[in-house]
Amino acid sequence: MRAAPDRSDRRAFLKRASAAAAATAVPGALFTPVRIALGAGEAGGAAFRFAYISDSHLYGRDLNDRFARALLRAVDDVNALDPKPDFVFYGGDLAQLGQEHELDLGARILERLKAPLRIMVGEHDWYLDMGARWQKLFGKPTYSFDHKGVHFVVLNSVIEADFWTRRGMTPMERMLTVAGLDNGVQSPFTVGAPQREWLQKDLEPLSDEAPLVVFSHSPLYKLYKNWNFWTDDAEEVQAILKRFRKATVIHGHTHQLLTHRIGNIHFHGLLSTAWPWPYAPQGVPELTIQMSRPDPFNSNDGCGDGEVCVHADGRLDTIYNLWNRNPITVSRRYLDSGGAEDAPPKPNRASY
Amino acid sequence: MHRDLKKTLAALGAACVAAAAVLLGCSQDSRAPGDAPKDPRAIADAHLAQWKAKNPDRVDRWVDEEKERHAIQPPADNSALLQGGQGKGHPYGNYSELDLLKWARETEKLVVDGSRVFHSAERLGGTVGVSCDMCHPDAANTHPETYPKFQNQMGRVALLRDMINWCIEHPVRGKALAADDERMRALEAYILAQRKGVPMNYGKH
Repeated sequence: MRAAPDRSDRRAFLKRASAAAAATAVPGALFTPVRIALGAGEAGGAAFRFAYISDSHLYGRDLNDRFARALLRAVDDVNALDPKPDFVFYGGDLAQLGQEHELDLGARILERLKAPLRIMVGEHDWYLDMGARWQKLFGKPTYSFDHKGVHFVVLNSVIEADFWTRRGMTPMERMLTVAGLDNGVQSPFTVGAPQREWLQKDLEPLSDEAPLVVFSHSPLYKLYKNWNFWTDDAEEVQAILKRFRKATVIHGHTHQLLTHRIGNIHFHGLLSTAWPWPYAPQGVPELTIQMSRPDPFNSNDGCGDGEVCVHADGRLDTIYNLWNRNPITVSRRYLDSGGAEDAPPKPNRASY
Repeated sequence: MHRDLKKTLAALGAACVAAAAVLLGCSQDSRAPGDAPKDPRAIADAHLAQWKAKNPDRVDRWVDEEKERHAIQPPADNSALLQGGQGKGHPYGNYSELDLLKWARETEKLVVDGSRVFHSAERLGGTVGVSCDMCHPDAANTHPETYPKFQNQMGRVALLRDMINWCIEHPVRGKALAADDERMRALEAYILAQRKGVPMNYGKH
């Protein structure tokens, strides 16, 4: 057990108290460690935490070092977290144009993370060489793992139907097409039948009460098709997740605070370290309390990284660590109550 | 004699038309004398299609290609100007369909070129591989209807073009464009076009 610094405040005391209780717990014994329930959104009540960094869109450093510096800042943020996160999740789009030097740079920077890394594919990583370099660096794009009683699934949800062959596109032309958020030549994102079948099988052993977290780059619902804030087979994927009472989807790609709920499935969108996207002109879920318009004169505004607090029952809070603003917590209570309780603060300016 | 001459002349005339048809390659445009004339537009379109097929590298495809990539708001519909007795006897108001076509096509060309510049770090003159669409997909969040407005960070009242130039100099890392630079005109055209229908509200922050 790590010794917490000896501060006399309530939070430090409770941390040590819960750590002591956990240390004495014996599986199957009569003694049950008392879980100290703090106020909503407080860290101490969580079963564990993981950090997230997403959508860094790295260029080669000679061309543009702004995004590399932003990713370095995020790595420093995560390494400085106290308590340390159990692992760090990377939400996709590490590279901007999927080039080897961009992915290699990203891999080198992420090596500086002290906590273990779990990484996911984004479309910017994939469509230059169809994932060849990414898989060489990071392994399989689709996988699952268990951590402290929660089942985690990582999907490649940016599968696009072939639009490039009949147009005779080069790999770079294909990548540039996909890299354009508003480029209508590309196809909508999908998870695809093979992965859906894999997902069905992977989730079969789990009971309906089992806590489940699905990591996906595309949102796994349909927000705005023009910008591929969209998963074309979202309904089919949601149908597979429907039976779980505590399923959460955490997605990248949208570079903004996004909150949604469909039935029992909670959806949280992650921040980008590189730049914020505007909110779509239509389709933004009602539960989302939109960030106010980022300051164009500050290249950090609207960007950041964050943490996810997973409660003992498997539901989670997402903390948005915005670099130019106070952090925002979107809690499980807010989502469970359909927006009635524990709402995040509403900004005093419009999102435009 | 008269009748024979007539017949000969008619035959000669038909032969001339046929010969002309062969020379011009209009094998399908064979009319017997006395047929109603075909729509001249349809004939012109058919000729142009033939020429395009024979000269593919001289056909301007960039407008259609850019429109395939990026959704562009169409210009206003002016067909009301062709209706009624408007402009009769007054040359200024006396528009034809060709006028409307020309206005629409030329305006659209500038807007579509603006889309090309907007989406290209190279054409913007940027040096760090950043283009406008990376923060402003489909020109979202450019809100041109709010200019002119006082911009603290610039210390003066900014027009849309001043903000465009700020972005070109800073995140795009290029050189500021002159007001009459064809790229600046095209960018303004595209940004304004994408905001079609939004009420003007200068000074809004």
